[in-house]
Amino acid sequence: MFRMAKKGKLMIEILPDKCDFCGACVGVCPEDAIELKEAEIKIIDPKCTNCSKCIWSCPIEVIKFNKDGIEV
Amino acid sequence: MKKEYDIIVVGAGPAGSMAARYASEQGASLLMLEKDRDVGYPVRCGEAITKRNLIQFIDPDPKWVVAEISKFVVYAPDGTEVVFDFGEVKGYMLERRIFDYELAKTASTAGAEILTRAYVYDLILEDGKVCGVKVEYRGEKIEIKSKIVIAADGVESRVGRWAGLKTHIDFRDMESCFQVTASNVNAPQDALQFYLGTNYAPGGYFWVFPKGENIANVGLGVSGDHCKKRSSLSYMNEQMEKFFPDASILTQVAGGVPCSVTLDEITGDGIMLAGDAARQVNPLTGGGIGSGMIGGSIAGKVAGEAIKKNDLSLIHNYKKEWNKKRGKLHLILDKIKEEFFKISDEEFNEIFHKMIKHKPEDRTLNKLFMTALAKKPSLLVEVAKVILI
Ligand SMILES: Cc1cc2nc3c(=O)[nH]c(=O)nc-3n(C[C@H](O)[C@H](O)[C@H](O)COP(=O)(O)OP(=O)(O)OC[C@H]3O[C@@H](n4cnc5c(N)ncnc54)[C@H](O)[C@@H]3O)c2cc1C
Ligand code: SF4
Ligand code: SF4
Repeated sequence: MFRMAKKGKLMIEILPDKCDFCGACVGVCPEDAIELKEAEIKIIDPKCTNCSKCIWSCPIEVIKFNKDGIEV
Repeated sequence: MKKEYDIIVVGAGPAGSMAARYASEQGASLLMLEKDRDVGYPVRCGEAITKRNLIQFIDPDPKWVVAEISKFVVYAPDGTEVVFDFGEVKGYMLERRIFDYELAKTASTAGAEILTRAYVYDLILEDGKVCGVKVEYRGEKIEIKSKIVIAADGVESRVGRWAGLKTHIDFRDMESCFQVTASNVNAPQDALQFYLGTNYAPGGYFWVFPKGENIANVGLGVSGDHCKKRSSLSYMNEQMEKFFPDASILTQVAGGVPCSVTLDEITGDGIMLAGDAARQVNPLTGGGIGSGMIGGSIAGKVAGEAIKKNDLSLIHNYKKEWNKKRGKLHLILDKIKEEFFKISDEEFNEIFHKMIKHKPEDRTLNKLFMTALAKKPSLLVEVAKVILI
């Protein structure tokens, strides 16, 4: 059901410059695919299944679905 | 820092500090690790706590109490106001950057070692048993062993997952929040103000909590289902424009509150969860400072006892103790939440119109819930149970 990531590409993108590092997305991620440090955040490839739950929970809309995929 | 401790606590929020304090008081050697530079900062919190929860752990101190609360003012979607006047101080507004610091100090006075800027990135596992943590500290990777790890790592709750516990939360139960601390906001200093309704914050509420003369925490939480359609930030921008167009923003934070029942499993082999990480937040109100402190203190006591008696299997008593003190109550509050947020704006307006007909002394919060849930007799029994607790 979930859109598969293209090999070597992530389809979920967190805009680090805009992120507030609050952890809401991390708490809802079923795959433990988001790493959050004090002021650093990244999606861990290849754990992410593109389920989009992180996008829905972000209070400030800084996670985007990138249909072309991002090189990792 | 030593190479080995009896107990390692991950996260120095209210839950972590209480776990550290109560375990250290029983003589366990303990290290608490915090990823951020400062304990207590940044503050992602409305900073309100009930008196009953607070005074179990620490006496109110003007250093970190910014307002004393004796009233709730609740607004219906059409603006109808109902004041609940308790006639005495029932709660406090905190300055959490100082409060969390003080809590951590009580842990350190009890004997705990504390280190900030220490990011736990993994667990040391031996045959599935948790035997310590892997830490990144100032660019260096260090392994520290322990008999028990208490994960009090907040809403993210990753540490428990590494031990195989299912800690992720359904996105529908995550309240997606945005809050500003703003000046030029004229709010009563003795009241917490709540606005209900889908125009303010669907599946949650919009709040104005006093932080001293002319300053307030103004924020809102929207449940995951609704946030999917429209973000809390966009609701917030609208409310600020409407209520406080002249406010100056001193702080702004995003945040998530896990509003659900407590996890089924809050212990594993060598690991315990506490606070937001265990989903110990009051599911109806989203208040997690007090319940996190309660959860942390029980975890700390049970862990300290297990070390003292040299019997690590005792950590599994934690769930039972938590359920006795709060867990069962949270089950009921969660049911009430489910029904409460099904009430439509029109029904809320009706309920509030009925409420203002009662004499002020008869306007109690219990009556609000009773009126709100009158259409659901089974829930009245649940409400009655909460009132009796
Ligand atoms: C906008 C908002 C408003 C709120 N308003 C209120 C309110 O008015 N009243 C109330 O009672 N509650 C409120 N809450 C809830 C309350 O803030 C939390 O429930 C409470 O802080 C939980 O305490 P805790 O100790 O479990 O977690 P936290 O206070 O979140 O502490 C967890 C700590 O763990 C650290 N950590 C995480 N991962 C790691 C790691 N890998 N390594 C090292 N350290 C780590 C974090 O940096 C953090 O300091 C609000 C929450 C939000 C978001
Ligand atoms: S899309 Fe799903 S799996 Fe990927 S990071 Fe977001 S929540 Fe996790
Ligand atoms: S929920 Fe949004 S703001 Fe919060 S950490 Fe995730 S991406 Fe950043």
